Amino acid sequence: MSLLDVIGPVMVGPSSSHTAGACRLALLARHAFGYEPSRARFVLHGSFAKTARGHGTDLALVAGALGAAPDDARIPMAFAEAERAGLAVSFETADLGDVHPNSVRIEVHGPDAAGAERTLTLQGSSLGGGIVRVFELDGFRIEFSGAAPTLLVRHVDTPGVIARVTRVIADDEVNVAALYCARKRRGGEAMMAVECDRAITPVAAAYLLHLSAITWLRQVPAVMSASSDGSHIASATAEVVP
Amino acid sequence: MTLADLAAARGPASAAVLADQGLSEGERTALLNGMRGRLGEMRDSIARGLSSDAKSRTGMVGWNAKGLWDAPDALSSPLLKRVQAYAMAVNEENARMGRIVAAPTAGSAGTVPGALIGVGDHLDLDDDALLLPLVLAAGIGEVISKTMFIAGSTGGCQAEIGSSAAMAAAAVTEMLGGDAEASVHAAAMALMNTIGLVCDPVGGYVEVPCVSRNAFFAVHAVSSAQLALAGLRSVIPPDEVVQAMASVGRMLPPELRETGEGGIADTPTGRRIALEMAR
Repeated sequence: MSLLDVIGPVMVGPSSSHTAGACRLALLARHAFGYEPSRARFVLHGSFAKTARGHGTDLALVAGALGAAPDDARIPMAFAEAERAGLAVSFETADLGDVHPNSVRIEVHGPDAAGAERTLTLQGSSLGGGIVRVFELDGFRIEFSGAAPTLLVRHVDTPGVIARVTRVIADDEVNVAALYCARKRRGGEAMMAVECDRAITPVAAAYLLHLSAITWLRQVPAVMSASSDGSHIASATAEVVP
Repeated sequence: MTLADLAAARGPASAAVLADQGLSEGERTALLNGMRGRLGEMRDSIARGLSSDAKSRTGMVGWNAKGLWDAPDALSSPLLKRVQAYAMAVNEENARMGRIVAAPTAGSAGTVPGALIGVGDHLDLDDDALLLPLVLAAGIGEVISKTMFIAGSTGGCQAEIGSSAAMAAAAVTEMLGGDAEASVHAAAMALMNTIGLVCDPVGGYVEVPCVSRNAFFAVHAVSSAQLALAGLRSVIPPDEVVQAMASVGRMLPPELRETGEGGIADTPTGRRIALEMAR
């Protein structure tokens, strides 16, 4: 946690955990999705479920799904912005199990470049002061925080895949801060989340994506330092979509 | 770094906080520029809050800061009035979904600027005198966050406003010339006297008691600084005070942790307001 995260973020009120944190989780979902979402479903747990309206959690989640950072002045008008952008939103409450009280499941849907319908499901928690943690992505138990640029890779669980990915990252002279792997079953679908000190180059990302064992890849920017001037997100989103 | 390490440092505690970050020269400059920006954002939110009486989303708050600021100084205590008004100005901006700096959370965002900028303006200090104390405030918050989540939903209000008051107390102490030991003990005394405070927002909105609570705890922080500067120390070591607060947080039932289901939220009037807002 950096000192500017303690005295910060600069944000639209009223709650760092329920507004800024919620916005960041939805922003992470949008980046991990990689397409313009046409529909978003938010399932709220615990304190999020109990006090969402009071804290503007609903507005912040929708704003994040639209690409807004926590200091974006449009957060209070997020529902109108969603309508304008053609994003349909829905909210539910549910018990997501033994997770932090401020947790949410975010499902985003929308067409890819070829018009095929795509979906992504992210589950995460807002830990306080705007700090967030993703704990599940598309059913894989992986973790990342948005504090650093994160490489998300979906792959086939075969020997050497992780080594190849980290080799490419190393050749890019990028330092790995944390790495989480999870698989559905032995030899089946797997995912890794690699938190890096900076994003890898688009060329390196494209190279990884052409490997036969790798089926999907996203570079998620460090949303912890995203602000509404847009400069950060624009420069950090190295869009690599097959 | 522990609070004991910080208290043992020679000179101002902020220097020890900065040294502990292990920053390059460029990173250090970026951090200080970032903090200067935060200070400017805090000032902007105070100015907007003091001049606005626009109601919050529920209508429960919105005119408190301006009302106090424009009122006669009944106690002939301009410092008290200034600190309270600044703190509420920030939190009423927050309740209006305006732009504020979380410090360390949004619900407690008024305490640090209320105390630090309030005392600074009262003494006519330049913003340069506030910068390193603000770094120290962040450092104190960082140490607390290693022991407990700084969130009302996990630790009750003590985790939020207690942390903000501790951060503000240390900052004000350093700004007024206190050494590292005095600053850290100011934080510990502020924290110790916040333990047990529950998070019971009416209707789940960050308005009641949150707005007035920031006025109270900004003053609480200034009181703590006054005691520490006069040489008072916390008998219980500062790190143990943080442990105690975390332990009390774990004992709090969910009703008293930001669910809006206990305390003043769970009074006949609190429940009625919640129902009206849900419609």
